[in-house]
Amino acid sequence: MRHGAVSVGLFLVVLAALWGLWEGFRAFGEAVELRIGQFEANDRTMPHIHDIVGQLFEPSRRNGPLLIEVLWDATLFTAKEAAAGFVLGALFGFVLGVLLAHSGLLQRGFLPYIVASQTIPILAVAPMVVVWVNPRLPDGLKDWGAVAVISAYLTFFPVTINTMRGLTSVDPRALELMRSYAAGSWRVLWKLRVPAALPFIFAALKIAAPASVVGAIIGELPASIQSGLGGAILNFNQYYVTSPESLWAVNLIAALLGITFFLAVVVGERLVVRRAPEHVG
Amino acid sequence: MNTRDAVVSLRNVTKSFGAGGVTALQSIDLDVAPGEFISLIGPSGCGKSTLLRIVGNLVEPTSGEVVVNGKSARQARLDRDYGIVFQDAVLYDWRTVAKNISLPLELAGWDGARRKARVQEMLELVELHGFGEHHPWQLSGGMQQRVSIARALSFSPALLLMDEPFGALDEMTRERLNAELLRIWERSGSTIVFVTHSISEATFLSTRVVVMSPRPGRIAALVDIDLPQPRNADTREEPRFFELVTEVRDRLREGGLDEESTAPGEGELIVAEETP
Repeated sequence: MRHGAVSVGLFLVVLAALWGLWEGFRAFGEAVELRIGQFEANDRTMPHIHDIVGQLFEPSRRNGPLLIEVLWDATLFTAKEAAAGFVLGALFGFVLGVLLAHSGLLQRGFLPYIVASQTIPILAVAPMVVVWVNPRLPDGLKDWGAVAVISAYLTFFPVTINTMRGLTSVDPRALELMRSYAAGSWRVLWKLRVPAALPFIFAALKIAAPASVVGAIIGELPASIQSGLGGAILNFNQYYVTSPESLWAVNLIAALLGITFFLAVVVGERLVVRRAPEHVG
Repeated sequence: MNTRDAVVSLRNVTKSFGAGGVTALQSIDLDVAPGEFISLIGPSGCGKSTLLRIVGNLVEPTSGEVVVNGKSARQARLDRDYGIVFQDAVLYDWRTVAKNISLPLELAGWDGARRKARVQEMLELVELHGFGEHHPWQLSGGMQQRVSIARALSFSPALLLMDEPFGALDEMTRERLNAELLRIWERSGSTIVFVTHSISEATFLSTRVVVMSPRPGRIAALVDIDLPQPRNADTREEPRFFELVTEVRDRLREGGLDEESTAPGEGELIVAEETP
C-alpha cells in the first residue's frame, strides 16, 4: 500500500516537473526571443499544456462532437488493430524464437534475413502489406486486419530475439536434472526452458507493446483508414497552422494508448511470472 | 561381488576429454552393493564428479562398462532408476516447494492425488512440513537442499547420486544435514553414492570410502568404515572415528597429493571443486 502511494506521488512529481520544463522553456524562449534556426517558442510551436488539454473538450468542428469524443472512437479503433497485431506478432515471434533456439542451422540460415526485415523502414513495408494482404481478408477483417499485420511486423522481432536468448539461458544443471528424469525435449521446453525464459520474453513484450501501437498508427496511413488515430494525425496535421493544439492533443492520446499497452504487459507479467525477486522487474 | 547383485558396477571405466586430451579417469573398477553408502573423496581434478555423472549417464565414458541396477547406465536413466542431488539445490524458482518435489512425479505420469500424497510424505521425511506452498527463494540454503533431496527421493529410486550436496553450506548446517541424511538413508533403504571433499563428512556418513587421486583420476584406496549404526553427533567424538579419519587422510596423501594441497590438522580437506 505504502509502495503504491509512493509510486503515485512520484508519478505526479515527475508529471509536474515535465510540465514545468515545457512551460519554463517556452517562457524563457519568449523572454529572450530565442531563435534556433527556424524554431521560435510561441503558441504555434509550443502550445500551452492547458490549451492542449483544453482543446480536447472543445468541439472538433462547428456544431460537431467534442474532440475527445472523436479521439475516443479513433483510439478504440487503433487499439483494436494494435492489440490484434501485438498478439499476432508475439505468438509468431515466440514460435520463431523456439524454432531458431532449437536449430543452429535454421538460426544461421534465417537470422540475417529476420534482422534485415527490421532495417527496412515500416513506411516502405506498410503499403505492400496492404496491397498483398487486404484482398485476401474476409469482410469483417478488411483494412484493419492488414494494419494489424503491419503492427505485428514491428512486434515480433524483439520477442524472437529474447525468446531465443531466454530459452538458452537455462542453468546447465537444471538441464542435467531433466536428463536424469529422462524428459524428452518437448517436456524440457514447457517445464523448464519456457518458464526460465519468461522474464526475457516479458522484457521483449514491454518493448513490443508500444511498438505495436506505433505500427498500427503508421499502418493506417497507406491503408487510407480514416477512423483511427493515424487518420486523425494526418487530418490535424493539415490544420496545424490554425489549430496546433489539436495535433498535440492527438499525440497526447496516442502516447497514452502506448503507455496503456505497456502497463497491460506489466500487469500480465505480475500475474504470470513467479520468480525469485532478482528475475523480476 | 557378483556384477548381477551390485547396484552400480564399473569395469575399466576411462574418460578423456578432447581428442587425445586430458585423461580425467583411468581404469576405474568399482562395485556398489545394495544399501551401501559410498563416498568418493579426492582433491580437485580427481574426476569424482565426472565419475558420478558417468554412473548417471549424464556423461559418456570413453571406454569401459557401466552397469546400473543390472542394465546399461543409459537404460537405468531412462527407467528413472536414480535420483540426483547437486551442490546447489537447482530448484525451479517459478515452482513452489511442493511443485518442485512433484516435478519427477509429473514427468513419470503420476496422477494428481497420488502426487499430492507423496509430496506430503516427502515434506515430512525432510522435516519441511508446512513449507509446501513457499517458493524456493524464501528458504535458507539448508532448507533448499532438503527440498532437493526430497525431490530426488520422491519417486523412490533404488540409487541416490549426490554431488557435494552440502559443500555450499556452513559447518553447523552441514553436520545437522549429515545426521538427517543418515536417518533418511536408513528409512528409504536406498543405495547412496556421495561425492565430497570433506574427510570427516565422508567418514561419518559412509559404509565405505573410495579415495581417489588426481592426474589421471584413479582409485587409490578403499576404506571400510566400521562405525556402528545408527550414527549420531556422539559418533564424531569416538576414538574409532578419529582413527578412520586419519586413515582416510593417510590414503589421500599416499594417493599422490601435492604437499601444499594437503591440509594439516582439522578433520577437513577443503579444496576448490573442479568443473566437470
